[in-house]
Amino acid sequence: MQRFRTVATRAVTIAFDDIDTDQIIPARYLTTVDRAGLGGHLFHDWRYRGDGEPTPEFALNRAEAEGARLLIAGRNFGCGSSREHAVWALMDHGFDAVIAPSFADIFRKNALRNGLLPIRVEGEMYTACLEEAASRAIFTVDLKNNVVTTPARTIPFRIDPFARNCLLEGLDELSYILRHDDAISAFETSNPSGSSIIPPRPARGGH
Amino acid sequence: MPANRPRTLYDKIWDSHVVTEGEGGVSLLYVDLHLVHEVTSPQAFSGLRRRGLKVRARDRTLATADHVTPTRSLNIAAAGELAAKQLRSLEENCEEFGIRLYTMGHEYRGIVHVIGPELGLTQPGQMIVCGDSHTSTHGAFGALAFGIGTTEVEYVLASQCLLERKMGNLRVECEGRLRPGVTSKDLILALISKIGVDGGVGHVIEYAGPAIRGLSMESRMTICNMSIEAGARAGLISPDDTTFEYVAGREFAPTGAEWDRALDRWRTLPSDPGAPFDKTVSLDVSGLEPFISFGTNPSMAIPIRSRIPDPAAIADAVEREQVVRALKYMDLGAGEPVIDQKIDVVFIGSCTNARIEDMREAARIFRGRTVSEGVRALVVPGSEQVRREAESEGLDQVFTEAGAEWRLPGCSMCLGMNGDHLAPGQRSVSTSNRNFEGRQGPGGRTMLGSPLTAAAAAVTGRVTDPRDLLRV
Ligand code: SF4
Repeated sequence: MQRFRTVATRAVTIAFDDIDTDQIIPARYLTTVDRAGLGGHLFHDWRYRGDGEPTPEFALNRAEAEGARLLIAGRNFGCGSSREHAVWALMDHGFDAVIAPSFADIFRKNALRNGLLPIRVEGEMYTACLEEAASRAIFTVDLKNNVVTTPARTIPFRIDPFARNCLLEGLDELSYILRHDDAISAFETSNPSGSSIIPPRPARGGH
Repeated sequence: MPANRPRTLYDKIWDSHVVTEGEGGVSLLYVDLHLVHEVTSPQAFSGLRRRGLKVRARDRTLATADHVTPTRSLNIAAAGELAAKQLRSLEENCEEFGIRLYTMGHEYRGIVHVIGPELGLTQPGQMIVCGDSHTSTHGAFGALAFGIGTTEVEYVLASQCLLERKMGNLRVECEGRLRPGVTSKDLILALISKIGVDGGVGHVIEYAGPAIRGLSMESRMTICNMSIEAGARAGLISPDDTTFEYVAGREFAPTGAEWDRALDRWRTLPSDPGAPFDKTVSLDVSGLEPFISFGTNPSMAIPIRSRIPDPAAIADAVEREQVVRALKYMDLGAGEPVIDQKIDVVFIGSCTNARIEDMREAARIFRGRTVSEGVRALVVPGSEQVRREAESEGLDQVFTEAGAEWRLPGCSMCLGMNGDHLAPGQRSVSTSNRNFEGRQGPGGRTMLGSPLTAAAAAVTGRVTDPRDLLRV
């Protein structure tokens, strides 16, 4: 995972509540075996009409969305399917962070594990973000200091300290987990939920 | 932690899976069963390959092909080129890493959340994960089961562990008893419409109370399945004799002395009296009617004999706007009765409602009736085992004689990845779990209901109270 670096950017607003991952990336684009290249399908069915022409009024299609790396969305962003493709599509499109009053649990975890920063902002501060985004303010997302700053205000946010450390250092959790190999082995010999259950098949190719 | 403090089912499963207590409240948890499917795993296997890692616990990992599989033919090419490539990639990955796979043609293949339970792999007290949000289904057995993203699929393949922070615990107390013609699908739709699509965020739900105790395992699975539609990653039901009877004798269930030991362990799992929950919600199901969704998320559901909400009567501006958008998308009129709304397609299937009990329920309506002219009805069993059982009972005959299509198992029109999908503008009644815009195909309009409600719509061509056809 790449380190999360401070970013200064304009914001795009799609402020509906309960935006589900089927809208972020429709299922028919999930028949891929790669992570890259999903940005073109981001919000596909909102972004394009049935005939493939862009929907002019949709936020991502407006000229001012060009180059924006911050998305401002509504409550419960990323609900529904666990597809990590939603995070990959947002990042492939160029987003580094999402501000929303709340996030769906699986989406939030997927985002953190890929380096897309989910920033929870509620109440008046959220309303202020919407207003500033509309007036095309530059937002500076600073994870080191846990703040988003705009010309008019400083918005502190909270984030899981473990995840924050991973993001700042560019660490992924697997290296951390694998350091506990001995503890995992010890657990396996005494697993209270019983022994293994599926008769395995042999692996090929030296694994 | 002192042993005498009353604990919930969630607490008990959590405690027995902690490998290490990490920094700042993050624990390393051991995964007993990892289910894998073709859509969310290819990038995880690539990751393993890149890092030169192997699969740690092949005996706790099982793969199946379900999301993109064709339902008319066993030939994977029938689902399209990209889908076929994804299926071949799953086959290659499972062969390379030594993972048992039920692919096209295997007698145990099926939707991942249908086969885990029916093979006896899903057992009380386990921790189960899968790269799929409806992994919550397995919670019906008193197993802590939740969906994970692809990066976590890679972590679990490599380490059999996950880093987790403990969630809140929400108890849903279901009083009363469902009336005839009203199912657990109606119960869960009613609950989601009450607490909202984010009502369970940050929580694990435990469903309890007499209404739950009276339900079969199939019906309990339908409820836990849709926990994620209320925002909860996991739903749980304390195991009881109904659970144990279901598991006993299945392919991978423990036997002999091991069964006795397992049973002793499982009987200690239910939440202790007085165990603390963070929140409690009550739902009296005695007066419940069949529910159907009218909007574009699962909380937009109403009793089938009521009227579609009028946005003008909604005080909250954000909610009003959401309903306005939903009704426009669904092409439904504000304030109209939902009953008698015209429909084009009926889909009976998915991990929510494609088990044998669901097939039998649908057949109760189809028997001796025909699918309404101009309506297309698909019945898609959840697994090969369900298919065989239904066929041995002659249910396939009932469906095909009525004019419905009897297909091969898979996710099919639940998410429309395999070529089974709605055309733009078509309206369906579907037994699946998501009515999001475009979920069943771009421009498709989904109304969620029980197998009874879906079958009733198929034979009348309109939204119909199934009790009128069952004469209950
Ligand atoms: S049936 Fe639908 S909800 Fe269930 S696993 Fe398949 S696609 Fe997901």
